[in-house]
Amino acid sequence: MTDRTLPTRTPVFEKRLKQRYASERRFKALGLGAIVFSMLVLLFLLGTMTINGIGGFQRAELEVPIDFTEVGISGDAIQMEQGAAIQSLGAQGLQTVVEFYAAAALGEEAAAQLDANAWREVAREIIADESILRGTTTFELPASSDLAAGYAGEGSPEMRQLAGELSERGVLAKNFDPGFLTRADATNPQQVGIWGALKGSILTMLVTLALAFPIGVLAALYLEEYAPRNRWTDVIEVSINNLAAVPSIIFGLLGLAVFLWIFPNLRSAPLIGGMTLALMTMPVIVIAGRNAIKAVPPSIRDGALAIGASPVQLVFHHVLPLALPGILTGTIIGMARALGETAPLLMIGMRAFIATPPEGFTSPATVLPVQIFLWSDEVNRGFIERTSAAIIVLLLFLLLMNGLAIYLRNKFEKSW
Amino acid sequence: MTVIHDNLEATEAKMSARDVNVYYGDKQAIDSVSIDIPQKYVTAFIGPSGCGKSTFLRSLNRMNDTIASARVEGTIELDGEDIYKSGMDVVQLRARVGMVFQKPNPFPKSIYDNIAYGPKIHGFAEDKDDLDAVVERSLVRAGLWNEVKDRLADSGTALSGGQQQRLCIARAIAVDPEVILMDEPCSALDPIATAKIEELIDDLAGRYAIVIVTHSMQQAARVSQRTAFFHLGKVVEYGRTSDIFTNPLEERTKDYITGRYG
Repeated sequence: MTDRTLPTRTPVFEKRLKQRYASERRFKALGLGAIVFSMLVLLFLLGTMTINGIGGFQRAELEVPIDFTEVGISGDAIQMEQGAAIQSLGAQGLQTVVEFYAAAALGEEAAAQLDANAWREVAREIIADESILRGTTTFELPASSDLAAGYAGEGSPEMRQLAGELSERGVLAKNFDPGFLTRADATNPQQVGIWGALKGSILTMLVTLALAFPIGVLAALYLEEYAPRNRWTDVIEVSINNLAAVPSIIFGLLGLAVFLWIFPNLRSAPLIGGMTLALMTMPVIVIAGRNAIKAVPPSIRDGALAIGASPVQLVFHHVLPLALPGILTGTIIGMARALGETAPLLMIGMRAFIATPPEGFTSPATVLPVQIFLWSDEVNRGFIERTSAAIIVLLLFLLLMNGLAIYLRNKFEKSW
Repeated sequence: MTVIHDNLEATEAKMSARDVNVYYGDKQAIDSVSIDIPQKYVTAFIGPSGCGKSTFLRSLNRMNDTIASARVEGTIELDGEDIYKSGMDVVQLRARVGMVFQKPNPFPKSIYDNIAYGPKIHGFAEDKDDLDAVVERSLVRAGLWNEVKDRLADSGTALSGGQQQRLCIARAIAVDPEVILMDEPCSALDPIATAKIEELIDDLAGRYAIVIVTHSMQQAARVSQRTAFFHLGKVVEYGRTSDIFTNPLEERTKDYITGRYG
């Protein structure tokens, strides 16, 4: 046995070993710190959004009991289609009836602060349930936006005082407003709804997906599987990469100049909006798709070709199924970006004030982010909470869309 | 110049290559190779790494077509028909000349679908019963049937390496090819799995023309009846396996098989 010192037993080595462990601990702590910091920011964002937004799903409402046995309103109208039925009930003096009972229950001053469209909500309830006409019902009717502001502690001193008195009597309160999810845009924050913008977003996204996904996937497949490597494909590749980086408002200008020039009657339509956003989404899908296709192992290609699969069979039986999870990831990213996009849609007229939900792909519409932008621009303070509520709806829609895509991705990954 | 042993009995050539040159871009990988692949024998290609034996093998079923820079000159005939002539159907060629690769590459599908894929795309099976019969026959021939018959729906990638390679062989014979090319089929396998594959090659030899590229000279000696020694893109010597190993005519062949380089 020699007394040779092993290099791993020297103090120098042990010191270095300690340094290495220390640096690893530092690195871990930094990484953990980054995660914690981003989680906190996210929590803060979601927290404030929820606290502000919950109020947006509610509105200030006045309690008005109406005894229909004393007024002669006929229920015949309710057989008609809704718009006509409301008109018929209005013609029978429903508005006067509502105002009369409001004045009786709340006093003249408060009755004047009933929303001008309150009687329409009474009409809708009658249409839904005719038996209302045969008894006394207490309705929760929207207050005017002035009174609502007073209730929130804002607005004029008179309104604040009136709101204080009414809420003390228990006839003014903030209630959950299911109509927010079924109505469209309005000038009065008490009457706005998100359904118009939500439906517009859904229709626009459908158009975007229907165009960008097949075109993007086919382009990616062609470029990877068939296109020869030459100067032209290099140019195309660079163009696609650049396209993905072009500021979105440029796509809006393109939509304005090209799509609206071809279809001048479709201003503000989800069809044009979807086409414009598809231009933006397609390059993202192409890039992600090409990477996913490149990642398919060459051994699988060899195996398929060696038993006589034709190039098309190779692509559709082997390459595409294996690349699909990756392609779907790219699609999620592209669609999420398109869903949140405002600027290009402003250019093609989707910022118009549209008070009814769109009926189809060609009717005028707006989309969630544009609606949020429009409401955030409103002077009336009542829109602040509504804006937060709309943001919550947008985020939920986004979560739903991503959840669906992740579900699909996992499903395809499993079956292979 | 290739030395060809003159005691080769006259067997019908299944494939014959004449003055074949293969280039990758400017680099020449195969230099005027002329060789006959006999019917119903196992032909082994041996030689040091990078000598071009795999390249030549891949040009026998035009798998080199998938490499953009590869270029093949000369003629390679299958039953007297030039496989590089224009109008040659590559899909049909590859159904007739099957291939097994160095690394087992089962499709990430069920065992059944792995085998059924070829017959399906070529329309060889009339109905489900037909297809079942083809799958069973192929797996039996590949010696895998008893191991997998109860789990045909399991993924092919879940099998062991040796089983995967036999699955790939079963996949290749499911389309009933005339020639089977094997590119170092045992290099990723342990000795027991290798022995099974070699046994399988023996069983298959009477039915197909088999060409096997191998790094193992023992393997070439064990399974093949013909051996071609490749060196620097040329076939140095070609003859009966027993002659090549016991009585090589060329100095370079002797040096290689005695392990002086390789």
